[in-house]
Amino acid sequence: MQNNRQINKNGELQHLLTIEGLPASMLHHILDTAESFVSVTEREVKKVPLLRGKAIFNLFFEPSTRTRTTFEIAAKRLSADVINLNIGASSQSKGETLLDTVNNLSAMHADMFIVRHAQSGAAHLIASHVAPEIHVVNAGDGRHAHPTQALLDMYTIRHFKQHFHELKVAIVGDIMHSRVARSQIHALTTLGVPEVRVIAPKTLLPKGVEHLGVHPYHDLSKGLKDVDVLLMLRLQNERMQGALLPSAQEYFKYYGLTPEKLALAKPDAIVMHPGPMNRGIEIDSSVADGPQSVILPQVTFGIAVRMAVMSILAGS
Amino acid sequence: MELPQTREIVEKLAKEIRPALSAEVFIVGIHTGGAWLAEELHDMLGLSTPLGTLDISFYRDDFERIGLHPEVKPSDIPFDVDGADILLVDDVLYTGRTVRAAINELFDYGRPASIRLAVLVDRGGRELPIEAGFAGIRLDLREQIDLLKNEKGELELRLRPK
Repeated sequence: MQNNRQINKNGELQHLLTIEGLPASMLHHILDTAESFVSVTEREVKKVPLLRGKAIFNLFFEPSTRTRTTFEIAAKRLSADVINLNIGASSQSKGETLLDTVNNLSAMHADMFIVRHAQSGAAHLIASHVAPEIHVVNAGDGRHAHPTQALLDMYTIRHFKQHFHELKVAIVGDIMHSRVARSQIHALTTLGVPEVRVIAPKTLLPKGVEHLGVHPYHDLSKGLKDVDVLLMLRLQNERMQGALLPSAQEYFKYYGLTPEKLALAKPDAIVMHPGPMNRGIEIDSSVADGPQSVILPQVTFGIAVRMAVMSILAGS
Repeated sequence: MELPQTREIVEKLAKEIRPALSAEVFIVGIHTGGAWLAEELHDMLGLSTPLGTLDISFYRDDFERIGLHPEVKPSDIPFDVDGADILLVDDVLYTGRTVRAAINELFDYGRPASIRLAVLVDRGGRELPIEAGFAGIRLDLREQIDLLKNEKGELELRLRPK
């Protein structure tokens, strides 16, 4: 897959398709810009006129509530017009191809597409076919990437831990099926986190994951020792084929984050989760709602980060 | 062209503002030069009200042409804008477009009782009906003029030929 499509000839961000290949300076630019948008969302009028008159299409070929809503709020706070399309329910069922759908919407003068699709590479395909003035944001494609989720995670880490260069970060759970994990790994290594661990049962850890610069663990207790940041993943039942896991109960016993397990990490470690959570499967409620959880700030920061991405794209 | 010392211009501006001020006025500086100047004026005028700063990047009218400013800083308005008397401060007044953007941004925080404008340099060349109530110096300039901070941390106006 071509990643260089996302940077234009002036070195600006044209599309956001994946974290892979983006320079650290670009990631910092997005995070810095997001910081200014956080202050906007705390005001009486939570809007700025930056994208007035722009039409942003949320193209969701796969169901999503949180991601679609936060993109919608972000676009509205930038004063753009947002059109939500749940395409699974309409054109696709009538047999229209992905590119036909996109061509039709381009003819309606779209300025930006936010794309969520069950197939890896869908956002790339759209980006390679749209006119040069149209920008594409990948809001999750199959098992491949979910760059804005990773960016909001990085924003949250920076907010609570200030720097990346002394952190031990553990990603826990279903690495195999997770586009979030892949994007997180690229973001963390690009931003200079010296130790990134991935913790999962053998069946949920892709072979060769260590080539991405991470340390694999199969034992949660060992993997959590001394970590500063825990990135929990959702167990993706809907993407699993065959018997990768004995049962949800057994998964919780070995890989569920309980207060006892969390106590093995640093005392000031923070716990994150991209949502939606499976309480009692990958995370215990007392941890999800506990003092070390920053799961709700993640959601708030997610809006500011998406505002930053959209305004950087629209301005390039 | 020879400019007076920047320090003298700042002092002249403070002197001009002083008699027109009440103790309840809130100073707001526009990033970056205006924020530096606002800090100096806040000290010189002995105000105890909190100092605000604005980054007008999200309100610029040239976003379509030049995109987002590469170094946006958060705006910080640590007081209730509703009913406040505000003295908006910028380093150089030229087309008036920055001030237009700043006023629009302030109104997204609330409805101020009044906004007045103080600038270090009014260089002419207005494209909008915006005027400074207070100016350290008024010139008719062809070249660019910038406010910088030198290595000693002092403010310094510098002319930049076109």
